[in-house]
Amino acid sequence: MKPIFASALVATVIFSSGAAHAQTAQATPAVSKPKPYMNMGRNATPAEVAAWDIDVRPDFKGLPPGSGSVSKGQGIWEQKCASCHGTFGESNEVFTPIAGGTTKDDVKTGRVASLTSEKQPQRTTIMKVATISTLWDYVYRAMPWNAPRTLTVDETYALVAFMLNLSEVVPDDFVLSNKNIAQVQGMMPNRNGMTQKHGLWTVKGTPDVKNTACMSNCAQHVAIGSVLPDYARNAHNNLAEQNREYGPYRGVDTTKPPLSALPAAGMMMVSTASAAAPKAAGPADLFKKENCSACHAPAAKLVGPSIADIANKYKGVANAQAILEKKVKAGGAGVWGAIPMPAQPQLSDADNKTLVQWMLNGGK
Amino acid sequence: MSERTKTTQSLGNPNLIRKAPENFLSQETIAEINQHGADETRRGFLRKSFMAALGGVGAAGSGLALANPQGDPAILEKQIWQTTLGKNVATEPYGTPSIYEKNLIRRESPGLTRVSAASVAFTPLQGLFGIITPNGLHFERHHQGWYNIDPNKHRLMINGLVKNEKVFTMNDLLRLPSVSRIHFIECGANTGLEWGNVAVPTVQYTHGMLSCCEFTGVPLSTLLDICGADLKKGKYILAEGGDGSGMTRTISMEMALDDVIVAWGMNGEMLRPENGFPLRLVVPGVQGVSWVKWLRRIEVGDMKYATKDEAIHYIDLMPDGLHRQYTSIQECKSVITTPSGGQQLFDKGYYNVSGLAWSGRGKIKRVDVSFDGGNNWRTARLETPILTKALTRFNIDWVWDGSPTIMQSRAIDDTGYVQPTIRQLRAVRGTRSIYHNNAIQSWKVDTNGEVSNVQVG
Repeated sequence: MKPIFASALVATVIFSSGAAHAQTAQATPAVSKPKPYMNMGRNATPAEVAAWDIDVRPDFKGLPPGSGSVSKGQGIWEQKCASCHGTFGESNEVFTPIAGGTTKDDVKTGRVASLTSEKQPQRTTIMKVATISTLWDYVYRAMPWNAPRTLTVDETYALVAFMLNLSEVVPDDFVLSNKNIAQVQGMMPNRNGMTQKHGLWTVKGTPDVKNTACMSNCAQHVAIGSVLPDYARNAHNNLAEQNREYGPYRGVDTTKPPLSALPAAGMMMVSTASAAAPKAAGPADLFKKENCSACHAPAAKLVGPSIADIANKYKGVANAQAILEKKVKAGGAGVWGAIPMPAQPQLSDADNKTLVQWMLNGGK
Repeated sequence: MSERTKTTQSLGNPNLIRKAPENFLSQETIAEINQHGADETRRGFLRKSFMAALGGVGAAGSGLALANPQGDPAILEKQIWQTTLGKNVATEPYGTPSIYEKNLIRRESPGLTRVSAASVAFTPLQGLFGIITPNGLHFERHHQGWYNIDPNKHRLMINGLVKNEKVFTMNDLLRLPSVSRIHFIECGANTGLEWGNVAVPTVQYTHGMLSCCEFTGVPLSTLLDICGADLKKGKYILAEGGDGSGMTRTISMEMALDDVIVAWGMNGEMLRPENGFPLRLVVPGVQGVSWVKWLRRIEVGDMKYATKDEAIHYIDLMPDGLHRQYTSIQECKSVITTPSGGQQLFDKGYYNVSGLAWSGRGKIKRVDVSFDGGNNWRTARLETPILTKALTRFNIDWVWDGSPTIMQSRAIDDTGYVQPTIRQLRAVRGTRSIYHNNAIQSWKVDTNGEVSNVQVG
């Protein structure tokens, strides 16, 4: 109650002149009435603004003082970042790679030459980013991916320094700080690689591509340039089960080869979808629903170990079921590396049991 | 008539094995047979149910000659819903779609992303009607997973170049004067998989990062007014989300004061958690990433912020190696949703062809449809309402003669902009752009009735 009362007082003081006008407004319609909701909300305290106002702009407004070395960055990277991004920022396993595709020459020109080549398989973060503030801001606000906002200011400097070292922008013994970050900006490989000259920022912008509304004989020759390859027919699973099962437009049964001819309406009585009853939610669904799949995959290592690896490790271990149930519920760290497994207090005992049984069976 | 005769013959062909239609036995009957076995009475009942289910679908649908000369069992025989007591009111207190609608759900595209917490689930446009997306089918795109945020603990802070830096609770916001407006939201990467070539089979995956709802909330201009925003120096706002990714986007002050809404309502209910409950930004006409979900902070500033998603992603690579930064407007676009890729037509004859058109710059003025790959065009019927920066539904008559057909739709907005071909887009932007692909979509109908995704040119 107290803050609301205080803010009402502040608002009264600020808008008291407006209120005075309002009284005279009845006589002089030229003066607009104050809006009745102008005192809504309360003033933010300096501590509140400081807690949330963490963004860092290209002119470094918002950047806190601090520093971090490449070597310190490497240590933190191996602990907290490498499992997703690879030891050298090269991993394409979970997200697109961080480093690669830039040269020392790019550091001089500020344009990444490989961006003009069709040969470069993947655009890495360092190839694209023009502003070092962007890296600092995002690492600090949102990393590590499964534990955002747990890095300190100095750790963030160190990690940015390490990423730039991976890209040969700064030397091995470099220490990045709020004092020299503007100089490093001058070495960003793609710092001159952005343009804002286009019509897609405002509603009134001018389009870059023009078509005309031709109505007849518009194309001399209609040729199909691209189709889905045959092997991809069922890549999105059975399309019959992704469409309504009645009405004129049904889904194609992609578990089967294409029909040789138009089936004609009489075949519409045959439901194209499988007649199986809806599957009961099994452990695999539970695994997804409870968000375990954010960090674990069946066979590949993601943020955490794969189900296959877990099953292997606990093969023949007495009380494996009980140990793992406890671990899933309470969380833990150290068995598979430094990244902690968060506690899952929301999980019911029955679901926990099902999940662990399923894991110990290798996800079967 | 000859078609009809042929069909009747194929129905009477004893060699043609027909699959049982779905759900022709109730769960109760199945349980009963499992428990007691199938005696003569039950066998008779099985046969009857099977014939009823078969006849019901086929005969009722297309006026074919009937297997039973007396008529359609769906009419002649009493159905369970006519002869027994149905369910009570509020058996489903919030309600769910019919069990016969289970196929139309949001879906992920297999292999598109490795982790589902930073992924996309697409809206099933192939089965929707009108322009409003049901809340349960509104597409999802998260960067760090979603939470059910406690609305009692949610705050919106406005800071930066304002006279008073303020905090609003949901109680405050819901008291303020609100507006309700229907707008489309489209991810900048919608159709982005197809810059280079055909990549996915159905309209759910080509265009399903698209939804349209009635959003309710307080205009952002009202909040900026309350805080006394400095409109001289404050040329931009930064919108920031309350999720782990702390999603941040720069928006021009011009838009912020125009039609941007700080919204809590979606189609008459509160936002769904997957769509930003309890608060999100609505930025009409602009790519979805700017519609910051779980909105917790608005900062007024004097320069663009170059946050991660406007400096590393959502930038368009041009053929000369330059990236276009701050591309935001979703230009005029349309797509035929029925029939569309992955669907199967069963017969020649009349079809109502239907689709959606939209423009981030204003209203849809006209939609043309071609049935010959873009050589000749006919103007479609636009259905009301036709709203600014909202989806517009179009319909057109089509009588299919059974020959291969390439269908396209081409929208024109009230600025006179004509939706381009993929060829025209590639000529300017190359093929490595990912975002803002608003090309004319082609669907091929083959002689076997199968509809597939193709690119012309």
